Amino acid sequence: MSEPVTWNKKDLLGLEYLSAQEIAFILDTADSFKEVTTREIKKVPALRGKTVVNLFYEPSTRTRISFELAAKRLSADVINIAAETSSIKKGETLIDTGRNIEALKADIIVMRHNYSGAANMLARHLNISVVNAGDGWHEHPTQALLDIFTLREKLGNIEGRSVTIVGDIAHSRVARSNIWGLTKLGAKVTVCAPRMLIPVGIEAMGVSVTNNIDEALKEADAVNVLRMQFERDEQGAFPKQMEYFKKFGITEERLRRAKPELIVMHPGPINRGIEMSSEVADCPQSVILDQVTNGIAVRMAALFLVSQARDIKNEDPH
Amino acid sequence: MKILIKSGRVIDPANNVDDIRDILIDNTRIARVGKGLNNGADKTIDAAGKIVMPGLIDMHVHLREPGREDKETIATGTQAALHGGVTTVLAMPNTIPAIDSAENARLIASIIRDTARIQVLVCGAITKGRLGEELVDLARLKKEGIAAISDDGSSVDSPDILFKAMKKARELRIPVICHCEDKTMSAGGVMNLGANSTRLGLRGISNESEYKRVQRDLSIAQRTKCSVHIAHISCAESVEIVAKAKKKGVKVTCETAPHYFSLTEEAVLDYDTNKKMNPPLRTAGDRDAVRQGLADGVIDVIASDHAPHTVAEKEIEFDRAEFGVTGLETEFGVSATYLVHTGLLDWAGLCRKMALNPARILGIDKGTLSAGSDADIVIVDPDAEWAVKIADFASKSRNSCFLNERLKGKVIKTIYRGTVAYSAD
Amino acid sequence: MKEKSVVLDRETVSRSLVRMAHEIIEKNKGVENLCLVGIRTRGVFIANRLAENIKKIEGKDVPAGTLDITLYRDDLTLIAYQPVVHKTEIDFDISGKDVVLVDDVLYSGRTIRAALDALIDLGRPNTIQLAVLIDRGHRELPIRPDYVGKNIPTAKDETVQVRLSESDGKDEVVIMEKNE
Repeated sequence: MSEPVTWNKKDLLGLEYLSAQEIAFILDTADSFKEVTTREIKKVPALRGKTVVNLFYEPSTRTRISFELAAKRLSADVINIAAETSSIKKGETLIDTGRNIEALKADIIVMRHNYSGAANMLARHLNISVVNAGDGWHEHPTQALLDIFTLREKLGNIEGRSVTIVGDIAHSRVARSNIWGLTKLGAKVTVCAPRMLIPVGIEAMGVSVTNNIDEALKEADAVNVLRMQFERDEQGAFPKQMEYFKKFGITEERLRRAKPELIVMHPGPINRGIEMSSEVADCPQSVILDQVTNGIAVRMAALFLVSQARDIKNEDPH
Repeated sequence: MKILIKSGRVIDPANNVDDIRDILIDNTRIARVGKGLNNGADKTIDAAGKIVMPGLIDMHVHLREPGREDKETIATGTQAALHGGVTTVLAMPNTIPAIDSAENARLIASIIRDTARIQVLVCGAITKGRLGEELVDLARLKKEGIAAISDDGSSVDSPDILFKAMKKARELRIPVICHCEDKTMSAGGVMNLGANSTRLGLRGISNESEYKRVQRDLSIAQRTKCSVHIAHISCAESVEIVAKAKKKGVKVTCETAPHYFSLTEEAVLDYDTNKKMNPPLRTAGDRDAVRQGLADGVIDVIASDHAPHTVAEKEIEFDRAEFGVTGLETEFGVSATYLVHTGLLDWAGLCRKMALNPARILGIDKGTLSAGSDADIVIVDPDAEWAVKIADFASKSRNSCFLNERLKGKVIKTIYRGTVAYSAD
Repeated sequence: MKEKSVVLDRETVSRSLVRMAHEIIEKNKGVENLCLVGIRTRGVFIANRLAENIKKIEGKDVPAGTLDITLYRDDLTLIAYQPVVHKTEIDFDISGKDVVLVDDVLYSGRTIRAALDALIDLGRPNTIQLAVLIDRGHRELPIRPDYVGKNIPTAKDETVQVRLSESDGKDEVVIMEKNE
């Protein structure tokens, strides 16, 4: 019995480029993979003989490990390339690096890059699959998928729910991917940040904007708290850390004024006492560790689906 | 050698001509323009159904030589110009070295003498090294034949230095071309600032960074009574500011480039670096204002801002890629498609923007088909459709923002000083 | 494809499943250590019916689970459609159990090979037995069923369709052949 084709993209570049059906399909597939991750033997042979290259131009331990585990649980071989050890410093262009990896007969490149659009460009020039593990301020699709997966798990559905994203919206790929994904699935999204960290025209992405955290939390079913990267404040746009906590930090007191079942999320790593208090990070409403666990299932689904799409595309069905 | 161009529709706004005429070329000059000419030409070109215009004058090109011959040379750039129907260009001074001294002006002049295939006028720098700090010796540059001055690529940030430059330029009767950009506002920007730069996660360049500088430069022009020409206008506010200044009697002219009246910022949504230029592609509203400015006569000139770059400088991350697109070979087709075939300009209007007005601004005796003038002529097929292909480029570079686009209106022959220097067939 | 002949109808399907239930009980000398695992999709329905039959006969519940073998297939790159990954739902420990693996049609044996790999990743059963409603021959691997509803010799260009009321509205088994 043949099922209808529901995923035919060789790359996963961003949630902007996916339909609501495609997003739901990845989440459903991830649901099946989550069962695998609960087994004694957490490994299936689905990508046996395939090679996944983690190409990281920015340091990232969490995302890389999550992708590495996901690939290994699918029985793929994994190679990690960090910017410092590759030929990037020797001036090789990204496309040349990609073509070299392709010539090594790798199947999937998982790339983290500090420039927006780098994954789009690489995917355009290669036949092998590209999974975007974060590009500049643009998108971080698997992070948003795991956020939405976790929400769906806790809330049952996304449509009609209210989700607030708090923090440095301007420089956040996590925010952008979440906005695309959540709005496509019918959620109401509010972004909340100091005025300097709200990018021009963000309303055009279908969100409401406020700089009042209590207002932003009032109707919310979930709050996704972004990491404040004070070390990257190039334009002096950030408020002082304590001032930020006072105005935007998620505290128990603020939670008391919100819906009692409000879900608290954070992509990690948390700055305790800056983005949220320690009590909130550890409270029963916090799903931060569920996000980490779900990340593996979501990334397994992403790797599996792009790999299948490529195989199917290359195969003449007749 | 006598060439007769027979039965073409001759467009010559300087002489108020838009009619079927014959043109007789005697050696390097136009001998006669009239009906039924038939006096013993050595060669006849049948131009029936075609349009015959003065050779185009592109007053904003980067030929890259000396210094970056890997991108373009004067030979390849002028060959590309011929493909585009262009017979005179003004070469911008951001070469290596910059054209900021008599010595450097002589250096580029000698390359032009040896290798150029059309007339290349040279624009000198305003400041040494185009750094905006120390004024060049304008009188000496003028002696070396430079046709205008500009720090193109940069704006002169110091109002004092610009004031002095304009005063001097007025004395010497040299036009000043202003690249209007306040880099304190645009720094780090790679595309138009707005909802789309937010969506793409790219740093934006605001309209304000352009038009505030247009405003400032025009106020200095007004005080110095210097003739200024605003380069590559891209946004609605700039058009409005120039319109107002013209009404007030400021001696200002301005140009736009084909991409600003044909494309919008939506073109960069897939991070295509061939759509990355400075100023950036703007919104549909800005594009429409530029179109209206051309139709109203606020914008005097269409110039390509031909900016060739190597593949290695373009096929990289959007943030890191160089600004600029090639344009010499497509500017006629794009202008015909988006301005004439849409009814915004008639052929005479296009001819003004692309030949007559630039000639007047630069003070050269070109841009017309008057008897006795240089036989710089372009013959175009107004309705021929063609696709822009890398393989057809004469330029060394391929960073066109119109790749694979279909255009209507094609250069058939380019005649430079009486010689058929390019022929499409 | 068009229908060539109906080889089992509602009653013969039902009778076969009753007989198979008896055989399973008989061979395992009771149901104490028994569990059933159906392969998605129709193997699951058959496993559930066998469990019901066993309960009717023995009066005891036999646990039944669902196995999704998509991730274990050796032909993932050969098929022209997108396989949809579903959950494996076996909420009991199979280690030490006598597992009866259940599918609708046994053909090349590749599905069963994948199912064996999948089962062994879930635990270490005492035995694994195989029950199929139809065995149509043409094996490509050394696999044989322990319980068979009906052997149906077929040509290679024919296919066998098992229709069950749970998924197809009625119970029947038909042989399909290619159109001329």
